[in-house]
Amino acid sequence: MSSRRDFIKITSVGGAGLFAAGNVAAKYFNPGKNMKGTIQRTPTYCEVCFWKCSGWAHTNENGELWKVVGNKKDPLCNGRLCPRGSGGIGMYNDPDRLKSPMIRIEERGKQVFKEVTWHKALEYVAQKMEALKEKHGAESLALFNHGSGGKHFSNLVKAFGSTNIVAPSYAQCRGPREAAWIATFGTAVNAPEPTDIKNTNCLVLIGSHIGENMHNTQVQEMSEAIDRGATIITVDPRLSTAATHSKHWLPIKPATDIALLLAWMHVIIYEKRYNHEYIEKNTFGFKELKEYVAEYTPEWAAGITNLKASQIRETAREMAFHAPSTIVHPGRHVTWYGDDVQRVRCIAILNGLLGSFGTKGGFYMQTKASVPTFSHPPYPQPKWSWKDFLDGKFPSAEINVSNAMIDASHPDNQSDKKIKGWIVVGTNLINTIPNTPRTIEAIRNQDLVVVVDTMPMEITGWADVILPECTYLERYDDLRVSPERYATLALRVPAVKPKHLTKPASWIVRRLGLKLGLQDYFNYSDFSEVLDWQLKQMGSSLAEMKKKGVTVVDRPESSLYLPKDEPVQLKTKSGKIELYSQLLEEQGFDPLPKYTAHPEAPDGFYRLNYGRAPMHTFTRTANNPNLSDIMNENRLWVNPQVAENHGLKMNQMIWLENQDGVLSEFPIKVRVTERIGPDCVYMVHGFGHNNKRLKRAHGKGISDTKLITRVAIDPIMGGTGMRGNFVKFLVEEPKKEVES
Amino acid sequence: MRYAMAVDTKKCVGCSDCVVACQAENKVPIGFCRDWVVEIVTGKFPEVKVELRSERCNHCKNSPCVRCCPTGASHYSDGGIVMVNGDDCIGCGACIQSCPYDARYSHPEGFVDKCTFCQHRVTRGYKPACVSVCPTNCLYFGDLDNPKSDVSVALQKRKYKVLAPEAGTKPQVYFLI
Repeated sequence: MSSRRDFIKITSVGGAGLFAAGNVAAKYFNPGKNMKGTIQRTPTYCEVCFWKCSGWAHTNENGELWKVVGNKKDPLCNGRLCPRGSGGIGMYNDPDRLKSPMIRIEERGKQVFKEVTWHKALEYVAQKMEALKEKHGAESLALFNHGSGGKHFSNLVKAFGSTNIVAPSYAQCRGPREAAWIATFGTAVNAPEPTDIKNTNCLVLIGSHIGENMHNTQVQEMSEAIDRGATIITVDPRLSTAATHSKHWLPIKPATDIALLLAWMHVIIYEKRYNHEYIEKNTFGFKELKEYVAEYTPEWAAGITNLKASQIRETAREMAFHAPSTIVHPGRHVTWYGDDVQRVRCIAILNGLLGSFGTKGGFYMQTKASVPTFSHPPYPQPKWSWKDFLDGKFPSAEINVSNAMIDASHPDNQSDKKIKGWIVVGTNLINTIPNTPRTIEAIRNQDLVVVVDTMPMEITGWADVILPECTYLERYDDLRVSPERYATLALRVPAVKPKHLTKPASWIVRRLGLKLGLQDYFNYSDFSEVLDWQLKQMGSSLAEMKKKGVTVVDRPESSLYLPKDEPVQLKTKSGKIELYSQLLEEQGFDPLPKYTAHPEAPDGFYRLNYGRAPMHTFTRTANNPNLSDIMNENRLWVNPQVAENHGLKMNQMIWLENQDGVLSEFPIKVRVTERIGPDCVYMVHGFGHNNKRLKRAHGKGISDTKLITRVAIDPIMGGTGMRGNFVKFLVEEPKKEVES
Repeated sequence: MRYAMAVDTKKCVGCSDCVVACQAENKVPIGFCRDWVVEIVTGKFPEVKVELRSERCNHCKNSPCVRCCPTGASHYSDGGIVMVNGDDCIGCGACIQSCPYDARYSHPEGFVDKCTFCQHRVTRGYKPACVSVCPTNCLYFGDLDNPKSDVSVALQKRKYKVLAPEAGTKPQVYFLI
């Protein structure tokens, strides 16, 4: 993704410029080694979510892990970690962690996991990988990954000869917005989102619940915006936390967002609340857009969205009043109804009309540090890659689509491009990719499944080999180089030794690489050597960075935004902001976004919505002792009128059944609340673990993913729309068939 | 000197970071807490409002817990911080009963425990752990006798309330509304 980022006259800051000359530390200092009797701090960056805030891990007088606090120099957190970051110590302390490598064996006709040595486990994996290569080609190996461990495994898989590397964070989460932004602005949004919230006068959130998602910088900046009296407009069928802090809350009927967005465009255009000169100079297709939205009046949208036309009009005017210091937030988890690229296209178009792209208080221009690559031989050229498997499908998919990799792994794959082996690193595919039964059929069709994780997540139960990774607090990893306002580098150093027999991913891939004859790709004995080499190339050293944890390169404020007087030069076809997308037109899709009515709940059913809780990261943290202490289950939000109609009481345990007859595996507590309307129910994603080895999380709450069996695939980039499922309430425990 | 805290209910997102950070900082055993988050929902959909706030010991000027403690373990420390001396505490629980804010708990090691405003940090010039971690910066701490302290400035600028004023405890945690 980073390659798409650097085209708009923004120079990537990198190389020697990062460090002032002569700034190299004189003496070696190793805070990772704890001197007995003193409190020590070691730099790290958090791995409890993808934001990767930089912090300091503190160890106490006995060298035991005490706490993790934010690094004040890091612009991603400003010294303040979120609850997950503060609770990161729970990842290390969790007694249920994976402790030893394990191999699936058959014992008296029953499959069990047997603890083995690392040597034996890796020997086994290497043999199976060689067999896979011989039988199906190296390309038949896929890597599903998330987080820092995945980077090391990417290197291994590429060296092995496959580029079928994928992360669910694209097709199950943010992919549609990246495609929509590329179609409009020629660049992906990227993460962290370049929303200039701290300077904005108007923040518009559409199903984006900052404060429940703890995207740290955004939460902090929204708070600053509240302090400054900025207007917040929140569109959500539920009174989200952000909605409670908003001037305007639009409790929209779910699945009708595009109607609202088109009506907002209508008001801005037909009330001439846009900057004529700006539109003329910087946008493409204004005339077509104007004609197109002529009929989409607020009155038209009111009938569809259950909102008041006056409120639609008023909020559009307020956005325009504050423009260009207005952000219509692109959102993050945007895979909802299968027309998600088009919905986020509406958001992009609105930002185009408001002139917020590359403007103070709108969207700033990201930059990031470039780190020199540690030398290794070129990767072999694979005979086919995921793009070839897609064969023209999902033309806007700029990176690999996880559900397509499931298709490539499934027995019903008729093409000659088949996936026959999986390495799964740090992602619990069972609770991440919708339509779990299909995922399981794909797993059963594999010759080899290797799972690398810190915890016995559900996916580990499907592995042939389980490789226990140590937590981020016990390892070195690559330097963090997130795109942000400023180029930053953040370092992760082990604060404590790996517990049990766990190992860092960098160690695992190197050892595996040696067994596969790929040692030239892992030309280090310890990963700290790679970091030291890279930092020295940039004029610093590992020793120096250990003292600082993070380095930030200052940048003049003017360079954060596009020059005002010059027309924009973007990587779109026209070089301008494409209100009318020539790219989508060329790909055979609507160049201007259409409103489509989506299926509604059958009688007695309610739309299943799901979201985030600030103290949890998806399914990863449900068993964390510190975080499960704050929230140990999800509850089902039900409107009081709906509860009354069904005789449901607060905290009553009920089961759910979806439109396809799929039952929740466990019961869930009812939360009767006025914060949600009568047309949907809501739960936090990430609960309902069924692996008994997760002792605190097992059977607590339910999994939304397992109730998501109807998936609307976005034809533009392959995203899996997951908000088109409906559930009904069962007050008695349903009789279930026993799973074989 | 008079230590106090202000909690901005217009910014709090109820994330409970104050709770997690406090537990780590003060080695509060899992299953117990010195601070917590409250959510108050009023009105009917869609005319509904929510107040989120982080609560803890109010370090009252007129503390029923100090008054009722039979051993003097509960006492006022410098700056009005209400402290419990664990060695003197017999774990009778009278203070837990007397507190209108339910701010105290029985530590599994046999004494009563609660928020100390992170006295060990404050006396070294740091902010309490909850204040220094809060991602929304909605907690303000300081000396009310100093008009320039964070808490004084916040209270000068904004309307505020205290919890259970009718109890007459003179609480020193203020909620900006």
